[in-house]
Formats: sequence, C-alpha cells, structure tokens
Amino acid sequence: MALLEVKKLTKAFGGLMAVNNVTFKIERGEIFGLIGPNGSGKTTTFNCINNFSPITSGDIFFKEKSIKGLKTHKICHLGIGRTFQVVKPLSRMTVIGNVTASAFCRVNTIKEARDEAYRVLDFCNLLKEKDKLAKSLPIEGRKRLEIARALATKPELLLLDEIAAGLNLSELDEAIDLIKRIRDKGITILIIEHIMKVIMTISDRIHAINFGQTIAEGTPQEVANNPEVIEAYLGAEYAQG
Amino acid sequence: MKAKKITLIILGIVSLIFPLVIRSDYYQHLVIIALMWVVIGSSWNLLAGYTGQVSFGHAIFFGTGAYTAGIFVTKLGMSAWWGMMFGGIVAMVFALFVGWICFRLRGPYFALATLAGGEIIRLIVTNWESLTEGMMGILIIQSFRSKLPYYYIALTLAFLCVFVIYLVMKSKWGYYFVSIREDQDAAESMGINTTLYKNVSLLISAFFTGMAGAFYMNYMAFIDPQVVYSLHYISIMAILVGIVGGVATTLGPAVGAFIMVGVQETFRSAFFGLAPKWISQAHALVFGLLVIFVIMFLANGVLGDWGKIKRYVFRIKASN
Repeated sequence: MALLEVKKLTKAFGGLMAVNNVTFKIERGEIFGLIGPNGSGKTTTFNCINNFSPITSGDIFFKEKSIKGLKTHKICHLGIGRTFQVVKPLSRMTVIGNVTASAFCRVNTIKEARDEAYRVLDFCNLLKEKDKLAKSLPIEGRKRLEIARALATKPELLLLDEIAAGLNLSELDEAIDLIKRIRDKGITILIIEHIMKVIMTISDRIHAINFGQTIAEGTPQEVANNPEVIEAYLGAEYAQG
Repeated sequence: MKAKKITLIILGIVSLIFPLVIRSDYYQHLVIIALMWVVIGSSWNLLAGYTGQVSFGHAIFFGTGAYTAGIFVTKLGMSAWWGMMFGGIVAMVFALFVGWICFRLRGPYFALATLAGGEIIRLIVTNWESLTEGMMGILIIQSFRSKLPYYYIALTLAFLCVFVIYLVMKSKWGYYFVSIREDQDAAESMGINTTLYKNVSLLISAFFTGMAGAFYMNYMAFIDPQVVYSLHYISIMAILVGIVGGVATTLGPAVGAFIMVGVQETFRSAFFGLAPKWISQAHALVFGLLVIFVIMFLANGVLGDWGKIKRYVFRIKASN
C-alpha cells in the first residue's frame, strides 16, 4: 500500500496549468525524487500536497485517506512535514526555539518539547548553534534548521524542497548523509532537487515533470537515459544523439 | 539576573507603599491611570508585539468593558463592580467577532480592519441611545471617596495582567504566538493552527483590556463614547505605550505606560502650570515627535534598547 498517492493532480493559476494531470505513488520507506527544469511545477506540487494552495482537480491520498481540502496544520498533524525552498526561519527566535515550537505538534509540556528539540538538533548537527538567533545562521544552517523543524513534528513523510541548493561540496556530502540518516529512521522522503549529484545518488525512484506534465518515472538510471528528460534539460539535439 | 530580581522586588515594595507615602490625590490619580495603561499596553503587546497582529482597535475592548460596567448600573441596577467580572468576558465576545472578520487579513490590512472596526462600534454605541444613553454618556456614583482602594485594585489588575501574559509566553502558546509573528506560513506547516491561536491571543488581550475599561468606569464614574471608544485616546495610545516601552518585552508596556502618562500629563497641565497655556494644545504634536524619536533611535523601545541607552549615557560620562 502506498504511503502517498497523488492522483491526476492539476493546479491552474488562471489559464496557466502549473501542474497538469500528474500521478505518482510513494511507497513507505523510499526516497522519491521529483525533478524538472525551473518552473516545471515541482514546488507547486508540494504546495498542493500540504494545501498551501488549493488544488484545482485531482486528489491526494495519505495512508489511503484523501487529504484534499484539509487545512495545512491538520496535514502536518497527520504526519506530513515539509521544508521550504525559500527558507522560512523564525528569524527572531533562537534555533532551539524554532524547533521547540515545532515539537509542540506532538507533545504538550515545555520539557518534552525541549527534550525533543535537543534530540532533533543533535541529529541534524545543529546543537552547537542552538542559542543563536535563527536569522544569524548562514544559508546552510538555515536549510538544516528547516529540516530540523520539519523532523520535530515527527512526520512519516517528509517533503524536502531543494535543501541542497546553494551548498558547497563538503556541505553537499553532509546533506546527503543527513537525508540518508533520516531515511534510516524509517521516514519516507519526497525530495525536489536540482543538483544531480544529490538526487541521483540517494533516490530510489525519480519522477520527472516538465511544464507541469509527467515526462518520465523510474530508477535514477532509467530517468537519466530517458530522451524526453534529456531534451527538457539539455535541448532537443542532445536527446537525439 | 540577580540585579533584575532585586529591581523587581524594590519595584514591588515601592508600588505597595506608594499611596501610603504620597498622600496627594493628584499623584495617586496619575499612578492609577498609569497602572490602567499598564494593563491596556501589556494586552496590546500580547497581540501585536508577541503575536504580530497589530491592532489599531483596542478601544473596542476598552470601551466595551467600560460600557458593560456602566450598563450594569443603568439597566440592571447592580454595582458597577460586576462589570469588572463581566467587562472582560463581554469584551471577549466582541473579540470573537473582530477575530472572525479581521483575521482573514494579514499585516497592514488587519490593522486597517481593526481601525475600521473600532470606529464602527463607536458609532453604534453613540447612536444606540436606548441602551447606552448615546452622547449623554453614563454617569455613576463612585463607590469610594478615597483613591486608596482604586489604587490597589488597579495595582492588582496590572500585576495579574503582566504576570498572566508572562506565564502564557513561557508556555506552548507563547511559542506558537511568536512563530505566527515570525512567519505565518512556516507556523502553519509546523502544525500550528494559526487562525485558532491568533484568536486565543486576541481573546486574552481583549479580556484584560475589557477589565481595564470596566475599572475606568468604576474609577472615573463617567464615560461617553467619544472617550472610551476614542481612536486617539485609547487605540493609538495603546500602540504608543507598547512602542515607547518596548514591543515584545514583558515589562516594556509597563514602562511605556508610565512614560506616556507622564508625558501626556506634563503637556496637558502645561508643564504643571510653568509654561504658557498654549503648550497644552501641542501634546499630540509631542506624541508624534516622541514616536519618531523612538522609532529612529530606540526601535525596540525604552526597555528593549535599555542596553543601548546605558551605553550611550556612559559614553557621554566618559567623554566628560
């Protein structure tokens, strides 16, 4: 049984079909990559899954139940956490404050929330920054804070939106390591990524979209060799050769 | 940390014995009004400073609390002190409506909606003469001759308000409020029901502001819509108290309340009779200048930027 099933998802902004009839299933425990050129509708898909923007048509099932139309915070409580591509740190809160606020999703007392925040920060290698204000973190730290905050809500499915963008090579390796460790905790991951090194090494399966429409799905190898994917990324001449 | 504790203890003792030492009705009156503003300013700060929902309509809750107390006397023939209990609760009922309508909007749009809400309610109260006596206002007989009981009631209310808000901000709700202020979308995706918690913050804020309004009715013994629903004297003053004292600090609004009441009184009385009379007309101008000064140089308010003030003062001393 699929953990998340997106069925004929369509999102239109006026006449523009940002996501058009996209269907995919994510199995429990896998890392599922979502790729596509800029503006192809990846982040819109995320926004539809946790109902940041209401979907135009289609349906989304989480654990076989439709989550269409549920409020964003309800979807979080059901077990879908997400990070933002354009990071949204709670700037004037400390790092641990950010994560504690998030941990209240599952617990009620300050002590439990703090303990959970400590665990999550330790897991994300952010413990030494815990008393800094979120706005003083560099971009790499903010990306990890996004992940920490999402993890503190104890999700079963984690949506990661370009968490590797803007990182240098050694930071990339750390990010890959972190994603793998999250998977090892038993959390299913849906990841959007542009950096091929990341997406190709960690994904079990990849779904490629362009102009809001599915162009390929399969293992990283299959998708990388798919002529339509090559065309979308590199242009038509490369696809033929 | 220790210095802070000692300061607080001294403040507590001073506030307890103040009216026993200073017997002047005039100064007691000023401090009572300042204590009332501590309540309003702190309540405003909970909603605007901590939760990030800047209200230009706190007169709605203040006036409603005051009128609740007044109507207990004129319509029910009961003591206006019942209003202290029910004023807060009726203000919360109004807050539910305000929240229901205004929280659909964000940022400046929310502020404008609350501003309009305050004016609407003022007009309704002015015109609903059968219930509110309209522009005639409500006049009651004060319960006490002495200022002493009023002083201690105001002090208790101020203490309760600041302390409850302090406790709230230490709890889960506090984390939620600040998260909403910092980024509503992020808060929502962290599983926070932002609509619900914005309303919780508004309800607490309205409750204490309503209590302050009911206290005002009891203490001043006269209200009319132009005063208790005033945009200028209540809603804007609440904002000034918060901003001058220090937004999103526990005791900032308390400090702001004393500063603002002091400034207001200094100008109203034309520097206690020392300056020419026309100065008293200029108090709005001075408020404006004060706000410009605070925003430019002490963006976090007197308490929020206390370190900056201290550094500056010491620098002047050192250079001498």
